[in-house]
Amino acid sequence: MEGDIAQMGQFIGAGLAAIGSGAAAIGVGHVAGNFLAGALRNPSAAAGQTATLFIGIAFAEALGIFSFLVALLLMFAV
Amino acid sequence: MGKIFFFAMLALAVLSGLLFAPETVELAIHPMDQFIVQPLFGHGDIAWYTPTNVTLWMVLAVAAVFALMVLGSSRRAIVPSRAQSLAELAYGFVYKMVEDVAGKDGVKFFPYIMTLFMFIVMANALGLLPMSFATTSHIAVTAILALLVFFTVTILGFVKNGSAFLGLFWVSSAPLALRPVLAIIELISYFVRPVSHSIRLGGNVMAGHAVLKVFAGFAGALGLFSFLPIFAITAVYALEVLVAFIQAYVFTILTCVYLKDALHPSH
Repeated sequence: MEGDIAQMGQFIGAGLAAIGSGAAAIGVGHVAGNFLAGALRNPSAAAGQTATLFIGIAFAEALGIFSFLVALLLMFAV
Repeated sequence: MGKIFFFAMLALAVLSGLLFAPETVELAIHPMDQFIVQPLFGHGDIAWYTPTNVTLWMVLAVAAVFALMVLGSSRRAIVPSRAQSLAELAYGFVYKMVEDVAGKDGVKFFPYIMTLFMFIVMANALGLLPMSFATTSHIAVTAILALLVFFTVTILGFVKNGSAFLGLFWVSSAPLALRPVLAIIELISYFVRPVSHSIRLGGNVMAGHAVLKVFAGFAGALGLFSFLPIFAITAVYALEVLVAFIQAYVFTILTCVYLKDALHPSH
């Protein structure tokens, strides 16, 4: 595609895709915050659950990375 | 006194920035240029045997792992040297992770998981050196790592459990009417595993390095204010060091989770 409108759509799309990064930030914060809330209630059980914490953070973060990838593709590859 | 001096300097910086602002501000370095694969010698085509900057930095990562683990553990002193304690720390860390997540019978696969972890963590760390090449930022590299894990785990599941491995997709605790729907969802999520597994690592490393280069471009364009992006680069770099370790950890721990699924497919 060529022309100004197509390029404008590309940029707007990349900007919209970047919202996903913020959404992933909310998700990661939710996971970490809930972990901390649980860990402060029962600190003795917290050490055994750090692996679960990181798996949860990884899953939440992966979706943000996907949206970042879409933005990058729109900016540089389309 | 110090405060007044600080504000005077700030005002001076703002004024001079306004006076001597460059007319056209454009990025001197393209943020994605650092990921271009180039042959080491000359500018010819790239065949599968051509030594490129990717292969160079992968070889260096392997050499670094070799140096740390072999040279670190060669002395075997009772009071460990720095290299030895680092090697022992890494070994114990991964061993405990495999044992905790994959279970006792997953320990058989500890060498594979240890290799994965050390390679990824070293490739990430070497990629953070200035002027180096971040091999793990390429999805081609991480996809091979993730596909290896995927095929290993799938074949292992069928070899160990036979057709009982398909019980991974048949959620026996759900109501009967719901099970076919859940089976489709589980099947899709199983086949998306290598995609998310590879893009998580590659995307994180690529995003971090692109952000560093974008801030570096700001530093060139801002003239006298270039100290601001340089502070930002320092902070982002510290975050990237953390990310380099955490993403290697996440990659290996997900491998352990998949391994556990293959060894004990009951749902």
